[in-house]
Amino acid sequence: MGKTLAEKIISEHVDREVVAGEIVVTPVDVCLVQDGTGPLAINQLRKINLERAAIPQQTVLFIDHAAPSPRKELANDHITLRQFARKTGCCISEVGDGVCHQVINESFVRPGDIVIGADSHTCTSGALGALGTGMGSTDVAIGIALGKTWLRVPESYRFVMHGRFQPGVFAKDLILHIIGMIGADGATYKSMEFCGETIENMGMSERLTMSNMAVEAGAKCGIIFSDEKTREFLLKHGRGKSYRELRADEDATYERSFEIDASKILPTISFPHTVDNTRTIEHKDCQDVTIDQVYIGTCTNGRLEDLRIAAQILEGKKKNPDTRLIVVPASRKVYQEALEEGTLSILNQAGASIQSPGCGPCVGIHQGVLGDGEACLSTQNRNFKGRMGNPNGFIYLASPATAAVTALKGKIADPREVIR
Amino acid sequence: MTAMRGKAWKFGDSISTDHIAPGRLFHLRSNLPELAKHVLEDARPEFASSMAPGDFVVGGGNFGLGSSREHAPTIIKIAGVSAVLAKSFARIFFRNCINVGLPAIICDTDKIDEGDELEVDLLKGKVVNHTKSIELSFPSLPPVMTKILQEGGLANYIHKYGDFKLE
Repeated sequence: MGKTLAEKIISEHVDREVVAGEIVVTPVDVCLVQDGTGPLAINQLRKINLERAAIPQQTVLFIDHAAPSPRKELANDHITLRQFARKTGCCISEVGDGVCHQVINESFVRPGDIVIGADSHTCTSGALGALGTGMGSTDVAIGIALGKTWLRVPESYRFVMHGRFQPGVFAKDLILHIIGMIGADGATYKSMEFCGETIENMGMSERLTMSNMAVEAGAKCGIIFSDEKTREFLLKHGRGKSYRELRADEDATYERSFEIDASKILPTISFPHTVDNTRTIEHKDCQDVTIDQVYIGTCTNGRLEDLRIAAQILEGKKKNPDTRLIVVPASRKVYQEALEEGTLSILNQAGASIQSPGCGPCVGIHQGVLGDGEACLSTQNRNFKGRMGNPNGFIYLASPATAAVTALKGKIADPREVIR
Repeated sequence: MTAMRGKAWKFGDSISTDHIAPGRLFHLRSNLPELAKHVLEDARPEFASSMAPGDFVVGGGNFGLGSSREHAPTIIKIAGVSAVLAKSFARIFFRNCINVGLPAIICDTDKIDEGDELEVDLLKGKVVNHTKSIELSFPSLPPVMTKILQEGGLANYIHKYGDFKLE
């Protein structure tokens, strides 16, 4: 019987044929925690005297959420992570190295891997043909110590996308459209599988954006086949040998299938305070929405391609004087490339505040916390009340192109006006 | 811990982990008793100071969506809440509840109002709403989760068994 990508990956790991609905104990290939979840994971292991790592070379502790540390409590949490890394031989990703989901996929994840992470957006690794899923601190702590976890083989929803985007429309608009269509719990416990011509044509940067947001529909993972584009991505990061092709079987069983015509997708915005509260740019609600802060960055849209789109729109221009523009490259590699090719120079001259690679203001700790009543348009993945550090703030989600043109105008604006 | 009794505190749909344990209090994550003083603050600011130990958090659909932060169910438990009831839960939050030993119960919470006196029996899979004199049933957990909950959470479970036991 044909298998979905989730069934295929899990079957390989447990050495038998599994189908959706089964509960299995499976080895894991990559484990990650970050500075918001790692200290609790380590404390749990200490409590039961199990401070060890089964696959230290594939276990990464990230200092990205509060990096550089804005407070002594968080600096102390960072010490906890560094001490654990020294003790167990796990890898540490330091201040300025970048967001966990960017770095883990640049440097560790291979097609067919099972990746568990104490961060909900671990599903980002689906873009490489891996099964990445977010769990809590204790689940990942046990995964680190024993090298395995338990999970239920998920049923799969298949999203088949045809056609090409209009100029000014990107993967971010498509995934926001999908989440708006099925709802924030529309794929709870499921594996979302993205395929079709539109995905075949997408580069890795856009595929990572798609998989990153699967959890915003409640999904366990969001997986994409691996192909030549995946191989090029791995080659670029010095890991060409890690490549293998992985596709779902033609006769795999899907619980639901959706067909989407990508040429009909418009620039899409999530309105406060839920990701599924979407509007297209042509909706009347998008008229005259004043924006105090624009944020371009994060694991969703902080890659080189994203910064280039913003630079293309902002080149030779100045941001609106009443709107702050914050830019955070997703990783040190992204930062270096954007620096060398002049992209950061363009953004800097346009009035952006460019900050150290990491999560930036997305998690509400630092680097752009909102004031009371302020509105931010961000390329991040979440707009919950309080997300950016103030429950009295308002967060709109959009693509880097929409973000850049909004920074120019000071109001929510249509990127198709400048990208033709 | 099989039979629990307390008052219902009602919350709406889509209560996120940011409502429960906001990012602006990130620096308190290694000080859970202090973080617990702010539990659910951005949904109902008065909750933490007004609830009594043993009370229930009663949500609508997709309770606990968002971040993987296990601190969210942990501080609900530290605050003294005996269980969370909702029409549906976000996946990671549900798993985290069981992992920290906090019962997460899926039932028709439209039949529960603010202040209702509830009694929950985990073994029988039953919620009794004494105020309304009605009974609600809830589905049982997979065996592995039942055992984790019985041991008071995943860390205790692994400490005792040394490995995952599926049967």
